[in-house]
Amino acid sequence: MARALQRMASEIVERCFGADGLVLVGIQRRGVELAERIARLVAQTEGQPPLLGKLDITLYRDDLQAIGPRPVVAETRLPPNLDGKTVVIIDDVLYTGRTVRAALDEFADFGRPKRILLCVLVDRGGRELPIQADIVGTTVTAGPADRVDVSVMELDRVDAVDLVRGAPA
Amino acid sequence: MTVPTLGKDLVGLEHLSAGQIQLILDTAEPFKEVSERPIKKVPALRGKTIVNLFFESSTRTRISFEFAEKRLSADTVNVAASGSSVSKGETLVDTARNLEAMRIDMVVIRHHSSGAAQFLGDRIRSNVINAGDGKHEHPTQGLLDMLTLRDHFKKLAGLKVAICGDVLHSRVARSNIWGLLKLGAEVAVCGPPTLLPRGVEQLGVTVLPRIEDAIQWADALNILRLQLERMEAGFIPSLREYNRVFGVTSDRLARAPKDLLILHPGPMNRGVEIDSDVADGPHSVILPQVTNGVAVRMAVLYLLAGGAPDWVSGSGGEER
Repeated sequence: MARALQRMASEIVERCFGADGLVLVGIQRRGVELAERIARLVAQTEGQPPLLGKLDITLYRDDLQAIGPRPVVAETRLPPNLDGKTVVIIDDVLYTGRTVRAALDEFADFGRPKRILLCVLVDRGGRELPIQADIVGTTVTAGPADRVDVSVMELDRVDAVDLVRGAPA
Repeated sequence: MTVPTLGKDLVGLEHLSAGQIQLILDTAEPFKEVSERPIKKVPALRGKTIVNLFFESSTRTRISFEFAEKRLSADTVNVAASGSSVSKGETLVDTARNLEAMRIDMVVIRHHSSGAAQFLGDRIRSNVINAGDGKHEHPTQGLLDMLTLRDHFKKLAGLKVAICGDVLHSRVARSNIWGLLKLGAEVAVCGPPTLLPRGVEQLGVTVLPRIEDAIQWADALNILRLQLERMEAGFIPSLREYNRVFGVTSDRLARAPKDLLILHPGPMNRGVEIDSDVADGPHSVILPQVTNGVAVRMAVLYLLAGGAPDWVSGSGGEER
């Protein structure tokens, strides 16, 4: 995972021309840790840390009316002004694209970034919306019954990407 | 760990578990930030219709609920008892059933009768939130007081909170007592014997007869409003005497062993139960209480909106 994150960090710097005006926003939960790590890697190569943010998209989900007990809402904290910035959304797994859709809606309520990029550790396919990632750590082919679990050191004491075949939905 | 749910209604804190109260307080945390955003609105309750049914006058609570509802994108209607069909003699249930016939989702009710929220919740399908019923409970006020205490002291377990003043007529006191005790705080009540309910010790609180005792004992004072009608009804000799014996003044606080956090649910009678220099002093969190009120009410609305099992077909759904 370390190598993948290093490569993703380099790609972000390359595509955004340095750390200037760059905001890395991790999606709760695992995306937040990944964003922090990528930010450290960017700071090492560029000598300047990018701005960091975290986003919880629960309140922007399109299925809130349909699901039962409400999911726990985590913290959202973004830099004060996103206008004119380049925002990189960082998440662990890209699947249906609905989380990203919600994140894009939420950004619109916080300002008008110059550009928004999507960076994910794992693209598992199975999109339900016309959304693609700009920077991908790795790609796996997983069916609807499969599960992709990302573990990070900070929360799970281990860095791992596990593909669990045929797990009950 | 399974996350507790709230069920259909929020009638009071007496019958909630510590886990449920914790859930509301924890959920209120992220909602604080929503009110600091440039666009203070999230779409979580889009399409939900909420009626604020107020049979008693209220400014702070009604506005706070209304902000909470609007910041969650719900559609809201305010019904005040005066000037509505209630003043023509319609019963509470009929009023609510008529509103339900217009396909509403939630009712926030304030009523002068204790038990009104429970009564209504048992009879309609919509979620019911108690915004104060008689002398019974005012759960969202209790919750916002607890959130404000937790913000300041970081935890509620072991905290000493003295509730001072007219405990007898206070639904705020009851919600605070039940909620705080469940989360492990120690609670004392302090006030003239005529304004303390008989047998209040049975709730698990200590009775401190003198305000000086409460100031010596407590980490925080929650000072209740002394309703001016109480003087006419003979519970206290005069407002001036009340202030002299039970008023929280800076002179009295100066003799405390430590700085006390000062809470008041409002509206204040300055110079009666609380002096102006205390209300506006450095340890007063009276305005942060109001700010937290919106966050707590957003949390309750959000949690209840997912807690009506008979509406929810095939719960679960994909995580992403």
